[in-house]
Amino acid sequence: MWEKKPALLLILATAAILAGTIVTMALPFAWVNTESDRIASVKPYTPLELAGRDVYIREGCNNCHTQTVRPLVAEVVRYGDYSKSGEFVYDRPHLWGSRRTGPDLARVGGKYPDDWHYQHMDNPAAMVRHSNMPAYAFLRQNPLDPALAEKKMKVLGWPYSQEQIAALNGKTEMDAMVAYLQKLGSDIPWREAGKIEMAGALANPFAGDKAAVAAGRQLYLDNCAVCHGKDLGGGIGPDLTQAGAMGDADLFGLLNNGRPENGMPGFAAIGQAKIWKIVNFLKAGKVS
Amino acid sequence: MEKPAYNYDIVKSFVTWSIIWGVVAMLVGVLISFQLVDPRLNLPPWLTYGRLRPLHTNAGIFGWAVGSFFALFLYMVQRLCRQPLWSNGLAKFQLYLFNATIIAAAVTLLLGYSQSKEYHELEWPIDLMIVVLWVIFALNVVMTIFKRKDEGMYVSIWFMVASLIGVAILFLVNAAAVPVTLFKSYSAFAGTNDANVQWWFGHNAVAMVLTAPPLAVFYYFLPKSTGVPIYSHRLSIIAFWSLIFMYLWTGAHHLLWTPVPDWVQTLAMAFSIMLIAPSWGSVLNGYLSMNGQWHQMRENYLAKFFILAITFYGLQTLQGPLQAVRSFSAFIHYSEWIPGHVHMGTMGWVSMVLFGAIYYLAPRIYGRELYSVPLANLHFWLVLIGQLIYSVSMWIAGVLQAAMWHSMEADGSLTYTFVEALKEMYPYWWIRGLSGTLYLAGVLVFIYNLYATARGSREQATRPATQNA
Repeated sequence: MWEKKPALLLILATAAILAGTIVTMALPFAWVNTESDRIASVKPYTPLELAGRDVYIREGCNNCHTQTVRPLVAEVVRYGDYSKSGEFVYDRPHLWGSRRTGPDLARVGGKYPDDWHYQHMDNPAAMVRHSNMPAYAFLRQNPLDPALAEKKMKVLGWPYSQEQIAALNGKTEMDAMVAYLQKLGSDIPWREAGKIEMAGALANPFAGDKAAVAAGRQLYLDNCAVCHGKDLGGGIGPDLTQAGAMGDADLFGLLNNGRPENGMPGFAAIGQAKIWKIVNFLKAGKVS
Repeated sequence: MEKPAYNYDIVKSFVTWSIIWGVVAMLVGVLISFQLVDPRLNLPPWLTYGRLRPLHTNAGIFGWAVGSFFALFLYMVQRLCRQPLWSNGLAKFQLYLFNATIIAAAVTLLLGYSQSKEYHELEWPIDLMIVVLWVIFALNVVMTIFKRKDEGMYVSIWFMVASLIGVAILFLVNAAAVPVTLFKSYSAFAGTNDANVQWWFGHNAVAMVLTAPPLAVFYYFLPKSTGVPIYSHRLSIIAFWSLIFMYLWTGAHHLLWTPVPDWVQTLAMAFSIMLIAPSWGSVLNGYLSMNGQWHQMRENYLAKFFILAITFYGLQTLQGPLQAVRSFSAFIHYSEWIPGHVHMGTMGWVSMVLFGAIYYLAPRIYGRELYSVPLANLHFWLVLIGQLIYSVSMWIAGVLQAAMWHSMEADGSLTYTFVEALKEMYPYWWIRGLSGTLYLAGVLVFIYNLYATARGSREQATRPATQNA
């Protein structure tokens, strides 16, 4: 009978469409972002970070980078602790993305020092060989607009100070972008929680092994040289020519856990064997 | 019987403009596919991958697909209701507003004005233009339906009506935002809620823009082009109601393993599997209609477009539910497999149906027989081969990439760095770029054929524009 009555068809079709809509789209609002979802240490973005986030949106970074780490073992090892709902309560819009042409960025905050990000945005391929990311050096030319930043904070209803707004004077979109990237995923202390405590004496499995030194050299060039220089002479990171003076176990612990407070990432994800090879290369203290 | 004064001019205009925006979408698609191979092809700030990719998707979905559906809905509703359009003036206004909206979309996307939500990037002033556009379109179609004298409504009309309602609901909710300036707004929803609303929208945009409308077209133009009726009216009823009921539950299959509540993900997974039934209801209805008529695949180029289209729809609606299963999603999500899947739907299913329907319309809107059937066949093979190479190469690339991402050593470390997996993608990205170029070449043949038909460059049999086949 509805086949002859268009008004009835309209009503029934609307009802069919609304059923799933109400259950799977509207109903979750009763759970998500409620008090039980919140994490006390997660804070709104500062005016500088928000400006960076808006540049991220404008440039469509979410077309190639996701911002959710799934609770899958390889993913947690690669990127860090899996994402929690409460970490996103200030994300308007969310930027979870759908493709990983580039890596996930949900935990990139604190992974690299600021200088690495500046140089990487200027010329990605210089920091990551084979990268196909476009260069964003032009962000250095664009100054921030403090008045607009204040307006945005007011619309979002987030706390800010006049000092924070004034501090935007003279800063560029590049500064904002780096500030935003450094904030990502670092509101919860997941790095500290994931740190491996070294218990007892660690034995160097490759002590005196020349092949391990050669393998370590290649690993150094692939993983470390962009920051510490091909000749160990330093750059973004410190000079390593004297690193061999450290004890084997100390050096291993440093490479494995990093020193996030100084911008040195941990390299646990590449595995203990590879880290030990780099240790042996650093102990040998020579590049060639 | 008195013949109503059907408005074919508006159909012709929408066909022309949808094809123009389609070519823009495909050109940009080819460009960004090569940008992945060589980042030096990015010309910041306006012509970077990040800004061009939304232009590619918006021009493809809203320019080419929706533009063609405007043409085909306005054609079908007149023919199926045996009524001229409710308002020719409104239809004319719709054409101007459509083009103004697409131009505004293209310019603002290149300038970086974006809400970042996939397939809903456009900022709020353009959202308002789209709302007006959709309301006048829906009004014209629905009022024409109400005006009809024939009692029954053919299945194509139900799919059209569902699409009109569905798009309106989806778009209005997902567009909710708080403006800061004319070109900047913040979503009304935050974090996990925003993601869940977005993918309820995103997946059902596929349902209401890229499934229901092409099915409406398929159900009308397959019988028209082949002269055989649809196999089962009852099957089409069951498939219609179950499709539009089930689709809305499945959005969160884009969000498996994310912080979205588990029960929402599980419902999405279950309903995605269930969707195989109504999807294949339409596929089988198409196939069974061809019983005893399969020889037309040799003789009738229109049948080839429609049958290949419904075949890709069938494959798409098997592959999609597979990807919606948690365990397979864990492996394959975020990889190159996904563009392979999406493009089987857009290039294989939706575009194939549109090509077939536009070829069917050509004699009726241009007033003479198609310029060249051999060229139409060439077009068919170029786009078919281009699309197959595209999808198959991306599936292989996606499996390789996902395997490298997940591969682990005995000591719990990762076998490959991210860049080691990325490096392996370059050969496949080359193949993808070339396959897209092949597809684009096929579309240029299509355009030439239509152009030559419209111009009447050869001694062609002419036919009055209002004569019916």
